Amino acid sequence: MDLCQLAIHQAAELLRRREVSSVELTRAVLDRIEKVDSRVRAFVTITEDMALEQAKEADRRISDGTAALLTGIPAAIKDNMCTRGIRTTCSSRMLENFVPPYDATVVERLHAAGMVMVGKTNMDEFAMGSSNEHSAFFPTYNPWDLSRVPGGSSGGSAVSVATDATIYAIGSDTGGSIRQPAGFCSVVGLKPTYGRVSRYGLVAFASSLDQIGPLTKDVTDCALVMNVIAGHDSRDSTSLPYPVPDYTESLVPDLKGVRLGVPKEYFVEGMQPEVAQAIRSATVVLEELGATVDWDVSLPHTRYGLAAYYIIAPSEASANLARYDGVKYGFSVKEAENMWDAMEKTKGNGFGPEVKRRIMLGTYALSAGYYDAYYLKALRVRTLIRREFEEALKTVDALVTPTSPTVPFKIGEKLDDPIQMYLSDVCTLPINIAGVPGISVPAGFADGLPIGMQIIGRPLGEEVLLRVAYAYEQATDWHKRKPPL
Amino acid sequence: MKLSREEVKHLALLVRLGINEEETERFREQLSNILENFQILQQVDTTDVPPTAHAIALENVLREDEPSSSLPVVDVLANAPSQEEGYFMVRAVLE
Repeated sequence: MDLCQLAIHQAAELLRRREVSSVELTRAVLDRIEKVDSRVRAFVTITEDMALEQAKEADRRISDGTAALLTGIPAAIKDNMCTRGIRTTCSSRMLENFVPPYDATVVERLHAAGMVMVGKTNMDEFAMGSSNEHSAFFPTYNPWDLSRVPGGSSGGSAVSVATDATIYAIGSDTGGSIRQPAGFCSVVGLKPTYGRVSRYGLVAFASSLDQIGPLTKDVTDCALVMNVIAGHDSRDSTSLPYPVPDYTESLVPDLKGVRLGVPKEYFVEGMQPEVAQAIRSATVVLEELGATVDWDVSLPHTRYGLAAYYIIAPSEASANLARYDGVKYGFSVKEAENMWDAMEKTKGNGFGPEVKRRIMLGTYALSAGYYDAYYLKALRVRTLIRREFEEALKTVDALVTPTSPTVPFKIGEKLDDPIQMYLSDVCTLPINIAGVPGISVPAGFADGLPIGMQIIGRPLGEEVLLRVAYAYEQATDWHKRKPPL
Repeated sequence: MKLSREEVKHLALLVRLGINEEETERFREQLSNILENFQILQQVDTTDVPPTAHAIALENVLREDEPSSSLPVVDVLANAPSQEEGYFMVRAVLE
């Protein structure tokens, strides 16, 4: 087995036993990037020299006996998390040359745990998109079929994990941006409870919805990364001040006493039959593992989730992105008649079409005369959706749904039809609206294309999600299949 | 919910977003279509339902006001499109 194919827990064991050095492991991952990235384009920046330096330092720590949980393990970071001295572009012309003077809290914690960073991954511009086609630089390609999208916006992170071009990756999820690409690429992706992981240093898109989480080769790795990145941070006042459990304790291979529910509204109109079938088959496996499955759970406001989300998220984005005025950092047009003209030209040339569309939509929803009918209405509907999850999760421990209504779609297929593109997140965005955690795990294939299963839990219920996901993974072997690259 | 070209231009002006004629027409069409779809929200009875701004609410998050060092000015200005003597350079605001 090539070293790049290892999961974190396997690599960590080999490093601990000194059978492999971090430099060897890192070299194997960099060679893999060299081999596959020209075809899938997962990376915006590859930090080869820095990675090898960090690997040498990791090997020193391992021989000193001062190694931490992730010491010497290569990782890829989505390019919307600040990395000191390494450019952080958000896959936008606006930040193409932006070099942050500080690390995001997540990056700081991973460094403290001994991360070897191999690069920054491609994404939809400012995390706005579901296909990675909205990257201002180049699209990322799905390794299971290069004519299809990898999902988005953390498409580069998902592809880097799926192609063994990293051992694990970090992504961010505002309406499905970790889970949907994880499902489309057949890897594990967790969006934690809102506030579980600090957002400090994550370039803001929609601040009440954004959350950082891991993309990994298996559920054990997901728990390991969560052990490092979760927890309170005084620099993010929305981060939750509650203790972090050892998530690996949730990794037990049976589901005795676990109550699961399948909300019927998630089998939406237009859903691909193979996807619905895969989730039904998965529930049979979950029952065999000891769980009870309630098919009568109902979340009737689900159908309003898409509209509520696409008012709330763009509204917050239109405020957050007002900072890109060409004065403090980022792209700046100097040839202009006056200050206002410079600002208009800076934003007009610095932002791509989807970002502009959402800024306009958010501005509309927040503008005088429309605020009550759109923004405030969406926030009230948000309350109803949140309450509905609370209610449903009183009688069951977790909900099981498809991650996406279809398998990965063709590149270009939905690019000119925003509504169709938005619909690809219809199963994931209610979870961000409610602030609850959700994980996507590999649950099958249709004609060689991946299908993801989403498991949704109570606020701070990550342990239940990991338990269900782990037991399911142990009983199936979807996660062991590799894309034909 | 049909937007006019003037409304689209007004929105762009509110956020100082430069858009050309072709974009104005495309956004007019797409935003009209999106807003039309979002009329579905008006079907929901939200009488007496309070708005949720943050799903996991924390109230009155306070901390000690402890002085600490800021980032070095030279690092912060390193990304500035235009700077002079330790300051960001901006265009004339009053003309």
